[in-house]
Order: sequence, then structure tokens, then C-alpha cells
Amino acid sequence: MYEFEFEKPSTIAEAVAALADEDAQALGGGQTLIPTLKQRLAMPSKLVSLAGIAEMKGVSIADGVLTMGGGATHAEVAADACAPLAALAANIGDPAVRNRGTLGGSLANNDPAADYPAAMLALKSTIVTNAREIAGDDFFQGLFETALEEGEIITSVRCEIPEAANYQKFAQPASRFALAGVFVAKYADGVRVAVTGASEEGVFRWSEAEAALSANFAPDALAGISVDAGSMIADLHGSKEYRAHLVAVLAKRAVAALA
Amino acid sequence: MAKVSMTVNGKAASGEAEGRMLLSSFLREELGLTGTHVGCDTSQCGACVVHVDGKAVKACTMLAMEAEGSEVSTIEGQANADGSLNVIQQAFQDHHGLQCGFCTPGMVMSAAALLKDNPKPSEAEIRHYLEGNLCRCTGYHNIVKAIMAASGQDVSSIAAE
Amino acid sequence: MPKDNGIGASPKRREDVRFLTGAGNYTDDINVHGQAHVHFLRADVAHATINSIDTSAAEAMPGVVKIFTGADFAEVGGIPCGWGVTDRHGNPQQEPRHPIIADGTIRHVGEIVAAVVADTPEQARDAAEAIELDLGDKPAVVDMAAALGEGSTKVHEDLTSNLCYDWVFGNDDDAAVQAAFDSAAHVTTLELVNNRLVANPMEPRVAIGEYSRGTDEYTLHTTSQNPHVIRLLMCAFVLGLPEHKVRVVAPDVGGGFGSKIFHYAEEAFCTHAAKACGRAVKWTSTRSEAFISDAHGRDHVTKIELALDADNNFTALRTNTLANMGAYLSTFSTSVPSYLHGTLMAGNYKTPVIQVNVKTVFTNTVPVDAYRGAGRPEATFQLERVIDKAARELGADPIALRRQNFISEFPYETPVALTYDTGDYVATMDKLEAVADVAGFAARRAASEAKGRLRGFGVNCYIEACGIAPSNIVGMLGARAGLYDAATVRVNATGTISVFVGAHSHGQGHETSFPQVVADMIGIDESMVDIVHGDTGRVPFGMGTYGSRSIAVCGSAMVRATEKIIAKAKKIAAHLMEASDADIELKDGQFTVAGTDKSVAWGDVTLTAYVPHNYPLEELEPGLEETAFYDPANFTYPSGAYACEVEVDPDTGKVSIERFSAADDFGNIINPMIVDGQVHGGLGQGIGQALLENAAYDADGQLLSASFMDYAMPRADDVPFYQVDHSCQTPCTHNPLGVKGCGEAGAIGSPPAVVNAVIDALQSGGKDVTHIDMPLSPARVWAAMNG
Repeated sequence: MYEFEFEKPSTIAEAVAALADEDAQALGGGQTLIPTLKQRLAMPSKLVSLAGIAEMKGVSIADGVLTMGGGATHAEVAADACAPLAALAANIGDPAVRNRGTLGGSLANNDPAADYPAAMLALKSTIVTNAREIAGDDFFQGLFETALEEGEIITSVRCEIPEAANYQKFAQPASRFALAGVFVAKYADGVRVAVTGASEEGVFRWSEAEAALSANFAPDALAGISVDAGSMIADLHGSKEYRAHLVAVLAKRAVAALA
Repeated sequence: MAKVSMTVNGKAASGEAEGRMLLSSFLREELGLTGTHVGCDTSQCGACVVHVDGKAVKACTMLAMEAEGSEVSTIEGQANADGSLNVIQQAFQDHHGLQCGFCTPGMVMSAAALLKDNPKPSEAEIRHYLEGNLCRCTGYHNIVKAIMAASGQDVSSIAAE
Repeated sequence: MPKDNGIGASPKRREDVRFLTGAGNYTDDINVHGQAHVHFLRADVAHATINSIDTSAAEAMPGVVKIFTGADFAEVGGIPCGWGVTDRHGNPQQEPRHPIIADGTIRHVGEIVAAVVADTPEQARDAAEAIELDLGDKPAVVDMAAALGEGSTKVHEDLTSNLCYDWVFGNDDDAAVQAAFDSAAHVTTLELVNNRLVANPMEPRVAIGEYSRGTDEYTLHTTSQNPHVIRLLMCAFVLGLPEHKVRVVAPDVGGGFGSKIFHYAEEAFCTHAAKACGRAVKWTSTRSEAFISDAHGRDHVTKIELALDADNNFTALRTNTLANMGAYLSTFSTSVPSYLHGTLMAGNYKTPVIQVNVKTVFTNTVPVDAYRGAGRPEATFQLERVIDKAARELGADPIALRRQNFISEFPYETPVALTYDTGDYVATMDKLEAVADVAGFAARRAASEAKGRLRGFGVNCYIEACGIAPSNIVGMLGARAGLYDAATVRVNATGTISVFVGAHSHGQGHETSFPQVVADMIGIDESMVDIVHGDTGRVPFGMGTYGSRSIAVCGSAMVRATEKIIAKAKKIAAHLMEASDADIELKDGQFTVAGTDKSVAWGDVTLTAYVPHNYPLEELEPGLEETAFYDPANFTYPSGAYACEVEVDPDTGKVSIERFSAADDFGNIINPMIVDGQVHGGLGQGIGQALLENAAYDADGQLLSASFMDYAMPRADDVPFYQVDHSCQTPCTHNPLGVKGCGEAGAIGSPPAVVNAVIDALQSGGKDVTHIDMPLSPARVWAAMNG
């Protein structure tokens, strides 16, 4: 790692002020950022830990809305979020990673193989920052790109609790990130299907599947529907065709789990 | 450099640290607690697992500064007060749950965290929980068996002693 | 009743207490006062000419002590290769210089280009980033077949080609071998890849060099399986130092699996730099460095053909392999695909005609050398896969076909130069069928199918050759070292014993099992015996631990030394009891005179040896310390039969191991608990090779799986509880313990069983799949099913 200063503010306002310094960077749980720093792939002048900010903690459910602090750890989400999201969080990384890694940190990083982004698209989320509210549908902007501005902090996230939802993940054998992951959420006004891990464009909503499932919420409704293999990721762990196939399989499994 | 202070295995500990000093480095180099091992740089092998404020974390993926004021427990603090092996450590010895010993501190610390939350885990739950702890020697057989035994489960039917 | 002490008992491991309490002493736990740290600037391209290196900016960086480049090592030797293979035409292998730091040309990603010694590791790394390199890119040579093609770029300009050697073994009469195939009733052919692996012991390598100006002595602490070998190679071939001025210590070592046998550049560097810098110099590898600097394993591409007569008897076997050497010849690299591979091609079968051809190839990749099994897994995999394919083609039962062709009389001379002294392949197969519950498979398959999964059963046999020896024979075959081992038994006046052994324990549990043998021979409590290992300053000599040799070779030396101790102690006891030493018996630590009630205790004799007041000084020296060197008469031949049951998810191609059963014949066993653990670990690695692990390079020579993010290590939930049995025991006939070795068996015997099981599963689902190359990842299995 390159040398940096370390700061640990206790309020959002202090954190925002600290992040105003040139090349200052926010530190959530560090489970991605610290390995990145070890590889010297980033060179912040200062790391601003968000772990001491009480107002960014907590996971609660009220009036059909799930509210999670940006600083909530994966373990806290796994313990206290609505069931489908809790199950997703319980399968991120490993127990030690879940005890440190945070929801806000993961979302801000927007790794194309991360799990949360699929949930955020499927669960009608709102990403709340120190400055504004961003609809989940507008937040993710390609690989490792988000709508966040420099120095902007995810303070909390709201999701609308669905009637039913399920996340199916197929793990890359080495990293155990998603080789493909499909989150299906059923609402009164329709079904949302979000796909992570698979596309070269990052997480996306699979509109054909949404339309089919909104009309007929059954695994068979997905018969004959597929994502375009051409836009899928190809790497050591799977071809474009394999990923496209996995997306279809996982979507059916998610629906079957709810049927 | 700044001063960083924490409680390690029940004792106050402090030292000088750069911002970039990892908790694992602080434990190993500043405090001489070399039982916490570093086996990778991508936060996957789990040889460095310690407990911070009662939770298992990877000490190589946490800055020493982040642990300021925390209660840290390491493998050096696990034995019983009289120096004898605790239940988990003893089960690892009884069931040959270690060979080269390098992953062992992290395995024991992860097992302790698991059993705190889940006193009688199934084989599948143990295997899943150990997702972040790699062992290259044992093929995991005797590690899983030792954790089951440590939780008071009968392991006599599991093949091969 | 299981024994509770001595040979055959399973005492708890004494070394565990320190490992379980964080009190181990691994090399990185050692810090030397005033030490500096080295960061190696490693090549990030696979092949390039180094036009210039400018270190001036780096030298001005904070904390920098000294910067080294290839020029600083131009006067010292290269890293030697320990085995010179003679090719089919009688020519020596092509052997390029293997520099400590790249000397003008970069030949693989990860090769050391410069070394920065500084006060802290981070300062060293900071400064390394300020080194300016001017490189002239050259095309990377990655694919082996292309490397041997006309006009290929050469990895080494000073060699005639990228071919290291073209070696033929067994029947070298091409026409006679072809005739055997021409007259066959059936020929099965299989082309396959034995995937390249990274050993990945959980402890990365570390080296600390120290130099004493006062005594002109060097000390190297290193993560090695064989410190005496490192000292010899480094002193005699690389640095030109007098051996008696160099001490090499390998303290607790966190696993090796072969990758810590070899002498590495970093070891010689730290030793050399300690004197040059006037400070101890420490290097701790990161895992990322390990992936591109530890020798890799396997990496064979093979075509194998098996001929059978009309009665399904094996009549001939022919195999052609390309074996990757990487960019340089690592310590034992050339022996692995030749003598550790070709000699095993008979397997457990009485095939009369066998021809093995291996071409070893230089490529712009990390050097390849021994990894758990080393040549024997490659032999076993191709043989057991082609037999399985033959059984399918012929409609024969895979177990019956194997049984029909088993070698059944011993000793047996194979067509590939080995003489198996003992074995019972029918017995291990019988045991396997029971342990694996073959009879219950049909019901288990039905249950899997009911939940939409395909279930397959795969079996294979293996033979391995451990404790490679004798030295005069292996010398004729090109080994540049002896393959004996040594032990010194030092009995103290009070009767406690230190055994100085040349083997090195890095997980094998020698500290527990070796004392079991000595204590058993004398009849004293095991707690009175300790072993000392891993330090050339304390242990007289030794060749180290690899090739499942420790108990068979070093253990035998220990037995011989203990026999000398007992013989001398009997003379002392005879003197004390005024009897003839021929009449003295030793049992349970008591010396008695046969036919009398006279006795004297072990402790009285040992005290007398050191306080020789009543002692035959004119005939016998005082003291009680003996050394033995043991050079085995032959290899040992563990063997076994393994079975795997898998489920395949037809939707995703994911394979899960549902059962794995192993029936091994290791001869006599010292500590059954430790033996089981060794098999478990080997199985984990073998399953890893079969399903998960793959060191993949792209066409530019970049390692694609260069961290645990892409190199899939087996995890706890990738494997099941294993069914392990070693009750079949045909003792080795030529070593005093009747032991064979067990360290590699699991890794040798398991990959073919896994692949055979997956093929069985897919065929049960109506898929016409006859082979999939390892690792059988979900993507590959799915592609094969949908190809």
C-alpha cells in the first residue's frame, strides 16, 4: 500500500468535510478497497472510515419499506433484512468478510459480479446519500461506475418489500462471486428481474423476463426467453453462451422457489 | 505515524502505526503475536482470522487504526487460563485437524465464531462457514470432524480416525 | 485392540500444541536485529530484451540500502538443475543458464528483474516502482506444440530450439511397438491434458539471509523441505561459498507439496545480499508473488493408446507427451516427466509392451517442477483414463477389465524398468468394492435421478514409486544427487534421546511418528525421544522430505542408527551384568541376561556410557551416539484402488463429489491417524486438480489465474468426508520397517476416479461424452454436454 492518512469521523457532516480533501477516499468495511490498496491499484491521500458514524447503521422494516444504513455490514443485513435480501447477504464472501463489508461500500464499488446490485434493481430501491436520493434504477452505470459524485456517501438505502422474492446465485468457483446471479421480485404491479455477474455492461434488468413473468408468474413463462449471449462476459470461468444459459436457469429456479 | 491502542487478549496494547499498517502487521510486528498468519493478499485464505469486538474478521483486511479502542482476540489468547488447550483446540488435536499448522489459527478462530452463533452446527453448516478458510493439508475431513466434536457431537461414525 | 504407543499406535501429535496456540516458529515469524527488506521487481511481460535499467531515481528514495540487477550476479553461477536426462539419441538435455536476476532477457512473467533492499518492505516497494526499464518486447512462446514448430521464437537464443529433450523409455523399437498395435483386436486412443497447477502451500515462501563479518559465516532461514540440499546447491553451484561457512535453517514450514524442494533465486539472493549490504536481508513472498515465482506443477499434453487382444488383455501401451518446463529448468524439473513418469506407465497391469515418449519444452512461463506426486499422477491419470475409455468402448465392466489385467505375482519386472517387490491389487480392489459400497450404487443413482441429477461412479487403481533409489542407479539415470538419507541418534546420559534426522516435517507429523519407532525399538516412553530437523547447523546431513520418502528412507536410517545404539548398549549392559553381549535381551527398556533374572535398566546403561567408571574402556568408546546413512535397495511401491461418486447438475454442469473411497496398501504403518490425514490431504488436492484448479496462461504469457480470485482452491464445501482404508498391507520387502510411504497417494489416485465418475454420470444421462479435460469446471462440463 502507498502511505495515506487515516481519519474516522463520527458524523456524516464530518465525513463529507474530510472527503473534500484532494484524493481522499471513503472506507467502508474495506473488504474490496484494502486488497485493492495492497495491489497498489489505488493511491488515496487519505482514507475516511465511515465505521464510526452511528447514523449510518441499522437495518429496519416499517410500513413495507426496508431501510438499511449505508454502514450496515453484510452480516447485519443477513440478520435483519427481509428474507430474500437476508439470504443474499448471508452468501456474500465468507463470514469474516460479512462482518466487515458494508452495503454502502459494496454499492459504491459496483463490482459487476457483486450480489447487492441485483437486489437493488429488483427491490425498487432508493439510494440515499448525504446530498440526495437516487433511484436504484439510475444508480448503476456500468462496470464499477455509479451515479455517485466525488465525495458523495451512501448514507442509507430503502427498498420496497415485495410480495415475494428470491435470489439465485451461481458462484464462480475461485472467487465465489457471482458467475451469474438473478434476483426475481414480485410486486402487485409486476415482476422485476435483475441480473448480475453475467453482462459486460454490469447489472441489468431483464425486461423480457419481467414482462413474461408479470403476465404469468411461473417457471414455464420463461421458456424460450433468453438473454443475448453477445453481451455476456467471457472469461476463464465461463463462455458468453454459458453465462447466458445460466441466467435462464437461475431465473427459472428463482421463480420455481416462489411458486 | 500515530498511536493506536486496543485491548488484545484482555490486555491493553498500544503502538505506533502508519495509516497503512494492517491489523495483522500490528499484531505480528508491533506486539509479537505471530500466531496470526498471512497466507494471501486477496482476503481469501483466512489464516489471519481474529476476533474484533467478538466478531471474526480477517486481520489482513483491516487497518490497525480501524481497530482503535477495540477488543481483539487472537489464537494466543484461546487456551484455558491454566494453559491447557480449550475445547476447540483440544478437538483439533484429538482428531488430527491440522498438519502444517499454518491455516490452523484462522481455522480455530473461525470455528470459535461459528460455535458461538451455532452451538451444534451440521456438517454442511460447518463446511459452508469455512468458505473463507483455506487449508491445503487436511482435505478438510478432520477439521470438519474436529469442529463437530468440539460442539459435543458424536463423530465416531465418521470414517477414519 | 489398537496399540496405545509405539509402532502402529496413533498418539496425538505433539507438534499440535504449539500450532494450536500460536506458538509455531515459521520463517516469517523470525526477525533479525537490524534486518533490511528486499522487494523484487518482477517482470510483467513474458518475453523481452532488457535494453537498460535505470535505478538512479530509485536509489535516492527514502530508506534504500542497495539495488541489485542482473549485472550484480553475472559472476555467480545459475540455479542448477539436479537431473540430467539423456535423450533418445544419447544427447544431454539442453540446459540454459538460470540466473538469479534476469541477465539481459526476461523469460517469464514474475522473473526477477531487479531487487531493492531498503529499511522497510514498503520503502523497498516504493523504490522499486521508481526503477525505469527499457524493454524490447519479444513474442511470447506459450503453446508447447507451437514452441516446437519450425520457426518458433526461441525462449533461449543460445539453445538450438525450445526442445529440452526428446526421451524414449520402455520399448524403443518403434516398429515392434507398432506391430503390437497392428495385431491388436482393439485399440483405444485418448488425447488429454494434465492441467497445470500451483502448489499453494498456505505459507508463502520466506527467506532471511544473515552474514557475520566476525566469523565469515552465513545463515539462511528459508521455507524449505530440504535445507541440506539448498545449502549444497547454493554453495557449490550458485554462490561458490564453502559449505561449512553456511547454515541453512528451515524452521516450522507451512506446507510444501513439492514447491519448497527447489532452490530458488530469492534464497541465494538474500544470502548474497546480506554480505553485500552488511545487514540481514528478509523477503516475505505475497501470495500474488507466489503465483508467478513458485514452481508450478504438471502441465502435460498427452496422446495415449492402449492395445487389447480379443480377450481384453492389455497387449501394448504407447504414450506421447509434451511436458512444459517453463522458462528455466527448476531443480528437479527434468526428472518429473521422465523417470518419475515413464517408469510408472505399467501401473498395476501386466502390459507386455510399453513405449513412453516425452518431449520437454521451454516456454515463456514460470518453471514447472514436482508437485505432490510429481510425474506419477500424470502417468496414473492417462493410464486409468484410457483403461476406462477402453472398457466403455468394449462394453466391459471397468473393474473387471482392471482385475483381469492385474499383475498378480511378485516380484514383478515391468517393461519400464521397475521391479515391484510386493503388492496385492486384488485385495485392495476387493477392499475398495466393500468400502465404496459398489453394491449400493444403483439405488443411490436412482435417488439422484429422482431429484434431477445425474450420478456417476468412477474407479481407478494406482501404483506409485516412493523413496526414489538406489543412488548408484539413479546416478546412472542422470540424478546429480544421492538419494539416501541420514539419522543420528544421540542418547543422553539420563536416557533421553535426540534423533537428528535429514527428513523435514512440514505437516507430516514426524515429531510424533519418528519417536514412536525409536521408543518402540528400545521399549521406552515416546516422551523420552525428540527429533531435531530442519537445521544444517544441528543435523549432520539429510536429503529432505519429498516423494513420500521420509519414513521409508530417513526412517530406515533412524532404525539402523538405533540398532547401532542398541548393539552398543547391550555391550555396556553385558559388562555391567558380567555376561556375554550375545545373551543380552532388550525389552521394555530393560536389559536382561537370557535365562537369568539379572537385569539392568536403560537409564543405568546410558548413564554408564557417559560416566564410564565400571566400563570396558579398552574395548568400547564411552558415549552413546550413532549415525547411519541409508541408501534403499529399491523404490517402495504403495498401491491402491480409489472410487468416486459424483452428482452432475445437468442444468449447470456443476459436479459435486458425493462419496470418495480409498483403499491403499502402504505396507506397515507407524501411525494410522497420520496416514489417514496424509491420504485425506492428497485426496483434497487430487479433487482440486480434477474439478477446480487451473493455472491458465493467455497467448501473451500472462497468468490468468494469478490469485485465489481466479485460481480455484478446494474449500471445505467442495469435498465430502472420505472413506479411507489401509488394512491391506503387503510390507515392503527391502527396508527394515516394511513401510512404503503415503504422502502422495491421495493426489495420484484421485483425479482419474473423479473424471471417470463424471463421464459415467454424463453417459448415464445419454450424453455421448468420452472425455473432458481437467478441471471439470461447471462451464466445461456444460459445454461438453451441449457440444
